[in-house]
Amino acid sequence: MTIDSENSGAAPTVATPSPEPKHSAKSKMSDGKAAERRLGLWLVAPAAILMIAVTAYPVVYAVWLSLQRYDLRFPDQRKFVWFDNYVSVLTDGYWWQAFAVTTSITVVSVVIEFVLGLTIALVMHRTIVGKGLVRTVVLIPYGIVTVAAAYSWYYAWTPGTGYLANLLPDGSAPLTDQIPSLAIIVLAEVWKTTPFMALLLLAGLALVPDDLLKAAQVDGAGAWTRLVRIILPLMKPAILVALLFRTLDAFRIFDNIYVLTKGANDTGSVSILGYDNLFKAFNLGIGSAISVLIFVCVALIAFVFIKLFGASAPGSDTEGR
Amino acid sequence: MTVTPRLKISWSVVNLLVLLYALVPVLWIASLSFKPAGTIKDGKFIPEKWTLDNYRGIFDTSAFTSALINSIGIGLISTVIAVVIGTMAAYAIARLDFPGKKLLVGVALLIAMFPQISLVSPLFDIERRLGLFDTWAGLILPYITFALPLAIYTLSAFFKEIPWELEKAAQMDGATPGQAFRKVVAPLAAPGIVTAGILVFIFCWNDLLFAISLTSTERSITAPAAIANFTGASQFEEPTGSIAAAAMVITIPIIIFVLFFQRRIVAGLTSGAVKG
Repeated sequence: MTIDSENSGAAPTVATPSPEPKHSAKSKMSDGKAAERRLGLWLVAPAAILMIAVTAYPVVYAVWLSLQRYDLRFPDQRKFVWFDNYVSVLTDGYWWQAFAVTTSITVVSVVIEFVLGLTIALVMHRTIVGKGLVRTVVLIPYGIVTVAAAYSWYYAWTPGTGYLANLLPDGSAPLTDQIPSLAIIVLAEVWKTTPFMALLLLAGLALVPDDLLKAAQVDGAGAWTRLVRIILPLMKPAILVALLFRTLDAFRIFDNIYVLTKGANDTGSVSILGYDNLFKAFNLGIGSAISVLIFVCVALIAFVFIKLFGASAPGSDTEGR
Repeated sequence: MTVTPRLKISWSVVNLLVLLYALVPVLWIASLSFKPAGTIKDGKFIPEKWTLDNYRGIFDTSAFTSALINSIGIGLISTVIAVVIGTMAAYAIARLDFPGKKLLVGVALLIAMFPQISLVSPLFDIERRLGLFDTWAGLILPYITFALPLAIYTLSAFFKEIPWELEKAAQMDGATPGQAFRKVVAPLAAPGIVTAGILVFIFCWNDLLFAISLTSTERSITAPAAIANFTGASQFEEPTGSIAAAAMVITIPIIIFVLFFQRRIVAGLTSGAVKG
C-alpha cells in the first residue's frame, strides 16, 4: 500500500486521531487522501478506545494485582509480594489438577467436535432433501444459552429424573464421580459447539471445486480417498481456523462446568479455579495470578496454532483490498 | 448422479439423525418444563400430564422477571452500541486507508480470543471502586468490548462485498465520504448490520461468567445467572420445574432468531473465517 505501510503496525496510537504519519516518502498527500485518513481514524476511535480501556488497562491491572497479597477479607494486610502468588499457585496441586482437567476436556472435545462437525458439514453440503431445515435446526445448539442447555444435560443425568440416567444401572449417579462427570461435561460442550465447527467447515467445503471431485471419481478415487486426498487438504485453512477458535474457546470452559458440577469431584477447569479463588476465597491476589496464567496459556495456544500450523488469523488479510 | 427414491430415503434418515442430535436436549428441557411437580421425577421423555404451573411460578416472583428485564435491557443496549461503533470501525477497515489499521484488526482478534476470566478479577475490583459493580453499565461495558470483534469482522466482511462504484459515484456527484457512508453504504449494508446485531445479542444473552461476577442483586442480575442461582437450599429440593421453564423462556428468542435469520446467521458466522 502507501507510505504508512512501515509504521502501520507500530505504536499504540490508533486511538488518537492527531498524529499525522511522516510525510517523507511521498512528500504531499492529496487533500482527499488526508481527509480519508482523518475520517478513518475518527471512525475507529470509539472502538479502539473502548477495547483498550476495557481490556488492556484491566489486564495490566490484573498483573499488578497478581503481584500483591490482597485478600478481601483482610484488606489491611495488602502488600506487594512480587511473585509469591505465582509460586503459591504453581506449587499447588489445585492449579495442576485444574490444568489437567481443562487440557483433557479441550483435547477430547475438540477432537470429537472436529470429526462430528466434519460429518455434519458433509451432510449439510451434500444432502438432497431438507437442506434448509438441517441448516436451521443445527443453529439451535449454537444459539441456545449454555446455562439452559447445561441444565438439560444435568437433569438428563440426574438419577430418577433423567431419561438418560434411567438407562444406567440402578444406583449409579454419574455426576458424582470424576470421570463420568467429565464425560458429561464433554458431551454438553460437544453438543453445543459442534454446529459452529460444522458451519466453519461447511464454508471451507464450499471452496472445494466439484469438478475436481468428479474428475477424481472418474479416475477411480473412492469416497475416502477423495476426502483425505482432496477435500481435507483444500479445506486446510478453514480447518485450522475452526480448530484454533474452538481450542481457545474450550480452554476457557466455564458455564457448563458451573452448572453441571460446580467443579466438585476434581472436575473444575482453570476458569472455575480462578472464579472460586475470587468469589469464594475472596483472594484477589491469587485469583489475579491465576487469571494471568490462563491468559498466558491462551496466548501460547494461539501462538502454536499460528506459527507452527500456519493458521491464518481471520481478517489478517484486510490490508489488501 | 441420479436421484433415486432410495437415495432420497437414506438422506432423509441421515437428516433425521442430525435433527435428533440438535433437538433432543431442547425437547427434554421443554418436556420437564411442562411436567407437574408430582411427575417431574418420573424420568419419562414425554410428560404424562401437562401443566403451565412452572411458567406461572417463575413469573409470580420478581426473581426471574427482573432478571429477564435486565437481560433484555442489557442485551439490547449492548447490541445497539456495539453495532454502531462496530459499523464505524468496520467501514473504516474495509474502505479507508489509515495508519494503524493492522494494529486495530490485531487487537480485535486478540480480544476475540481473550479468556474472559482474566478480566473478571481486575474488572471486579475496578467496578467496585467506580460504583459500576451491580449496575447495567457494569455489564454493558465488557459485553460491548467482547462483542466488538465479532461485529467488526462480520461487518467488514459485508462491507467488502458492497460495490465500490456506488460510493465512488456518490462522491463524484458531490457527496463527502461521510455522506457517501450514510446515504449509500449504510442502506446497502443493512442486512450485514442485522446479522451483526443478532450475533452480538446472542453473545450477550448467553453470558454467564460476567453476569455472576459483576452483579449481585435483582438490580442487574441477568437471566442465565439468575437461573444458575435458582438451585434450592437443599440438594433434595431442586426447583427442577422452575429451572426448566426459565430455561425455555430464554431459549425461545434464540429459536425465533434462528428460524427467521438462518441464512444471515450462517453467513455472519462464517464470514472472515475461510480466507486463507
